[in-house]
Amino acid sequence: MNPTGPSALVQPPGRRVLHIGPMTGTLAVRSVAVGVAGLALTAAIVVHSIGHGSFTIAPGDVVSTLLGGGTAAQKLIVLDLRLPRILTALLVGAALAVSGALTQTFARNPLASPDVLGVTHGASLGAVAVIVLGGGAAIGAVPLAALAGGLITATLVYLLAWRQGVDGFRLVLVGIGIGEVVTAGVSWFLVRAEIVDAARATIWLNGSVAGADWSQVRPLSLGLAVLLPLAVATSFTLQALQFDDDVSKSLGVRLQAARLAVVLTAVALAAGAVAAAGPIEFVAFVVPQIALRLCGGSRPPLIVSAILGALLVSAADLAARLVLPDRELPVGLVTAMVGAPYLLWLLIRTNRRVSA
Amino acid sequence: MTATARPVLTDRRPLILLGLAAAVVVAVALSLAIGAQWLRPAEVWQAVTDPDPAAPATAIVRELRLPRTVLGVLVGSALGAAGALMQGHTRNPLADPGLLGIAAGASFAVVLGIQLGTGGLTGYIWFAFAGALLASVAVFGIASGRRGGPTPVTLALAGMAISALLASFTQSILLADDASLNVFRFWVVGSLSGRDATVAAQVAPFIAAGLLLAMVNAPALNALGLGEEVARALGQRVLPARAVGVAAIVLLAGAATAACGPIGFLGLIVPHVARYLVGPDHRWLIPASALAGAVVLLLADVLGRVVVSPGELQTGIVLAAVGAPFFVALVRSRRGAVKL
Repeated sequence: MNPTGPSALVQPPGRRVLHIGPMTGTLAVRSVAVGVAGLALTAAIVVHSIGHGSFTIAPGDVVSTLLGGGTAAQKLIVLDLRLPRILTALLVGAALAVSGALTQTFARNPLASPDVLGVTHGASLGAVAVIVLGGGAAIGAVPLAALAGGLITATLVYLLAWRQGVDGFRLVLVGIGIGEVVTAGVSWFLVRAEIVDAARATIWLNGSVAGADWSQVRPLSLGLAVLLPLAVATSFTLQALQFDDDVSKSLGVRLQAARLAVVLTAVALAAGAVAAAGPIEFVAFVVPQIALRLCGGSRPPLIVSAILGALLVSAADLAARLVLPDRELPVGLVTAMVGAPYLLWLLIRTNRRVSA
Repeated sequence: MTATARPVLTDRRPLILLGLAAAVVVAVALSLAIGAQWLRPAEVWQAVTDPDPAAPATAIVRELRLPRTVLGVLVGSALGAAGALMQGHTRNPLADPGLLGIAAGASFAVVLGIQLGTGGLTGYIWFAFAGALLASVAVFGIASGRRGGPTPVTLALAGMAISALLASFTQSILLADDASLNVFRFWVVGSLSGRDATVAAQVAPFIAAGLLLAMVNAPALNALGLGEEVARALGQRVLPARAVGVAAIVLLAGAATAACGPIGFLGLIVPHVARYLVGPDHRWLIPASALAGAVVLLLADVLGRVVVSPGELQTGIVLAAVGAPFFVALVRSRRGAVKL
């Protein structure tokens, strides 16, 4: 871990200094370029994704329907059937990516993801327990069970890691221990389940946005509207937290309060995303690392991560439907098939030391 | 960084290793004596030392419990040592042997084996081993750049990426094929049961070679722990050291996974326990991890046989259910979180 030294604060690399009246700020040119390019790609994918399906709609018609025009049939297909699905993909991707960026920064570890906070595993246990014990009848209770499982497990991890305060290293290790117990519970349910329930649980465990409707989109978008600004608000603290504890303190960070704020935000983002679409785990790990390598800098950027997360999940969902139209491949599998080779390519191409 | 500021600790390390070896002996005895069928200690002793072909105890101990116990010692020590190597080479306390793509590669190959219909749990050994080998070679190859070998961060990231990629292929096969899922879900839990003596004999040479390489690698790993620049300045050649370490990890964890399925958690927690006992010097840490791994795996296996007798709970599940709370308690203790 080689955080840029104090000299970098005087002359920020890759940043342009802006003077607006009495205010002076810096603008990370590369991050803005990556972010704009990501937004443009995402918009193209959204339009294409809404147009694609058993009833094809031209891109022009998609845009006009989204802006309030279109025929009644187009409105039904676009607004009621296809828009909730793509919105869920965008929101889940953004939430997971930001959650991952927060976790990796405060744990000072590029391998950390919301998994180590216990959220994903806990949510999996809640969902699988309901699927196996409740059978087909209880399928409606799965998102709630996932949300409850995720939040309870994360709270447990945080409390167990508390010892005159929480330390990032200890939190991560406790999280792994608890995560392992919870995963053993999932395996136990899968081994003793009827094969029908085991198969259904496996589908949920892979993560999917198929069948999403407005009842999922509304709470998710509401949550993100609150949590994303919160996450961005912590970024000054994050900048200091990536140094070790003594440096952070001397920079004026109240460590415990700052950590609690970051962990709470990360947990809430991940829990919401997992409840809506199942554990699409790889997004939270890979997107911050890709964003870091595209933008440069010393820690994963939050806003660019959100944009790229939305891009990855929506692109994976579209790819799943284009490549295997007759079989619904869960989006969680495709994110790994798309994201992993891209990260590998970035590793090979840059092949220089970037620490997170 | 290090927690071995107290010189007293240095003197105690041979004693600790001896204690761990004694614990292995105790665990072996428990594993031979305890099971679904209650046997008196005298019967067990006689079955081992002076087998009487007519006695039922002989068949139970020699045919069922002995191979399983031997396999437990082999696999436990392999995973413990592999975990210590992995955490040393990535300089990351979250690393386990699975991070090199071993579990994911073995899993993918086993699912392919199930598809091809090679019968029985033991039939998948060579599939799992080949899968683990190919995956880890890919990870090491991608992470090593043009010069100087992989850095800890690129090694870990490449491992995560390859693992996720392979896991997604595995899952997409399983989703389409319930019959394969039905076989695979029992393999992936990780268990010592149902493996006969030939399995232990097949993996033993690989594990022995792996342990030897691990010990050879230990001094170099101590130098690498100071950072690659410092290690180079000390005269350490980085790329050969990394290659030896990865070869040892592949032999150890590949053979263990092939024999018992992925029991990744063992490789993750045991080095932390061993570091707590003997400190961060890899010359002590690797043997301590190997011994502690054997003890922990055997005890978890015995416990799995006892709690739901006459059936049994898969070792991987017991290990997580009992080992993890212990691990959490260790991390919370004053000296517990010994950093790398």
